Amino acid sequence: MSHATLEPRRDRSRQAFLSRATLITSALLVVGMALVLVLHALPATHPLHVSSATVALLGKYFTYMLLALAVDLIWGYLGILSLGHGAFFALGGYAMGLYLNAQGTALPGWQGLLASFPLAALAVVLAPGILALAFGWLAFRSRVTGVYFSIITQALTFALMLAFNRNEMGMGGSTGLTRFSELLGFRLASDGMTVALFLASGIAVLLAFWLCRAIVVSRLGRVAVATRDAEARVRFLGYRVEHVKLSLFVVSAMLAGIAGALYVPQVGIINPSTFAPLFSIEVVVWVALGGRATLFGALLGALVVNYLKTVLTGAMPDAWLFLLGGLFVVVTMALPRGIAGVLAWRHRQEGAT
Amino acid sequence: MSQSVRTRVQQLRELSRPDRVFDFMLPAQSPVDVRHGPILYLEDVSVSFDGFRAIDRLNLTIDDGELRCIIGPNGAGKTTMMDIITGKTRPDSGQVWFGSRHNLLTLDEPRIANLGIGRKFQKPTVFEALDVSENLELAMAGDRRVWKTLLSRLDGAGQARIDEVLETIGLSGERHRLAGVLSHGQKQWLEIGMLLMQRPRLLLVDEPVAGMTEPEMQRTAELLTRLAGQQSVVVVEHDMGFVREIARKVTVLHQGSVLAEGSLDQVSSDPRVVEVYLGGDEETNAC
Repeated sequence: MSHATLEPRRDRSRQAFLSRATLITSALLVVGMALVLVLHALPATHPLHVSSATVALLGKYFTYMLLALAVDLIWGYLGILSLGHGAFFALGGYAMGLYLNAQGTALPGWQGLLASFPLAALAVVLAPGILALAFGWLAFRSRVTGVYFSIITQALTFALMLAFNRNEMGMGGSTGLTRFSELLGFRLASDGMTVALFLASGIAVLLAFWLCRAIVVSRLGRVAVATRDAEARVRFLGYRVEHVKLSLFVVSAMLAGIAGALYVPQVGIINPSTFAPLFSIEVVVWVALGGRATLFGALLGALVVNYLKTVLTGAMPDAWLFLLGGLFVVVTMALPRGIAGVLAWRHRQEGAT
Repeated sequence: MSQSVRTRVQQLRELSRPDRVFDFMLPAQSPVDVRHGPILYLEDVSVSFDGFRAIDRLNLTIDDGELRCIIGPNGAGKTTMMDIITGKTRPDSGQVWFGSRHNLLTLDEPRIANLGIGRKFQKPTVFEALDVSENLELAMAGDRRVWKTLLSRLDGAGQARIDEVLETIGLSGERHRLAGVLSHGQKQWLEIGMLLMQRPRLLLVDEPVAGMTEPEMQRTAELLTRLAGQQSVVVVEHDMGFVREIARKVTVLHQGSVLAEGSLDQVSSDPRVVEVYLGGDEETNAC
């Protein structure tokens, strides 16, 4: 081994939009989606057949992956740990839920407006976006950082959970919104719709992945990383740190909103428990396990943890939370850079020999 | 009646004169005006923290192109003074002007930085997760707005500027190394390089040679002396050997105000300075 390999080398290709990891991740997403479609098209008696229920489950994983991407963009690259991203996810979900409820029945007041799909789609990104803008403007302008910011995001999502629990909100109270029937004039409970939603979610993940990648490799992305590591220095270089934070926070909230909107028709319900602080913390655990500050790590973490959750809550429902907690502790201590860190390390080892 | 109409017309003409621009339409960053005086001017500045007067009626002027050393014992208010100039701390009273046009007390940190005041921290602060040339690229003077930053790409002129600064700070061979793996001295130079990328008019440098080896110190001295003349440089330093190497004019701070000012020989023979700062055995060392 030559001397040069002893120190972390800077891989220049990492700066390009199409890095190795980006290509592999994009390819895996596309191939994965195609494979699921093919297997789903097999006759139901075939041993490799993927059922409608599994397709819906995978579609749900995609929305979680999108949410993890949103959290990683601001936590991994900007150092803002939001423990309330479930709030933005839920707001997008409620906007979609109202749209679905408005099909066939006339909703009262402003909610009636959401019967139109374009308006509902707008609400899906604007509701989380505006909340993030107002909340972020207040927080970043006052230079609230670190754990203090995390705590107030918890308070934010908790307050929203209490509000949405109330029947006066007109959001279905503690039951939430459910009993959806149609989306864009098509019946929700049909196989074609399940596949369409699965595809839409997968494509959303792919597009969001490319968007985040473009942001991360831009000069703004490097300013973000610089802010994460030495905020005062960035400020004295003349950048408006609060504007950088605010813009990425809003983008992240909007991505979370889109994830929520795709989640609701696939799961068939949205209720205030999505605002629960615990859910938002779980999202952070996905990202930490997958590998913070690597976009594919966030995707991988969301997929792996949620797959484990599906398997284990079926097998031993009581043990799941202990396992999740234990996994988090072990990964934080043994693999501080998550699964992605292990993969990158293996890759470097191969390159060195 | 016609008189007032004429006045009105006069006013209108005045308003619509094509050869003039309204004040509010002028760019906020009008150039620094040093025709009528110093580049930095502090008058009667005071600030207290919890009753402790960190800066006490401080007066200081820095001329354009000057290299000034500021020395003083711990707690003399050196770092607080830099905080005030760069907008981090607001003084309780006094005035701070950059050129004769910019009242620094009305501006915040990014705006002051964009006016052309660069600051080097006491502890070397570089972006460790980025490589050396990326560090310089982020510091490059340019449009700092979010959208522009997102879309901006490094052009030929920018690359040339980065190469030039890399040459100046002697890190050309390290351009693709992560800033985090540089030695302490190299980080200090990189940070000075980042300040140069900003094309500042005034550089504030806080203890540049703390923790440096003798050869590194020599190189830093050369670097700073070379910079003076192109821009004004204010160096806060403890190390008397280093100060002797670079100083043309020295200001001694003590308890938040200026105790003495002049050449190093002048101030180090000033009995008050000897008493408060240089002390017994260090006296011989300094002279």
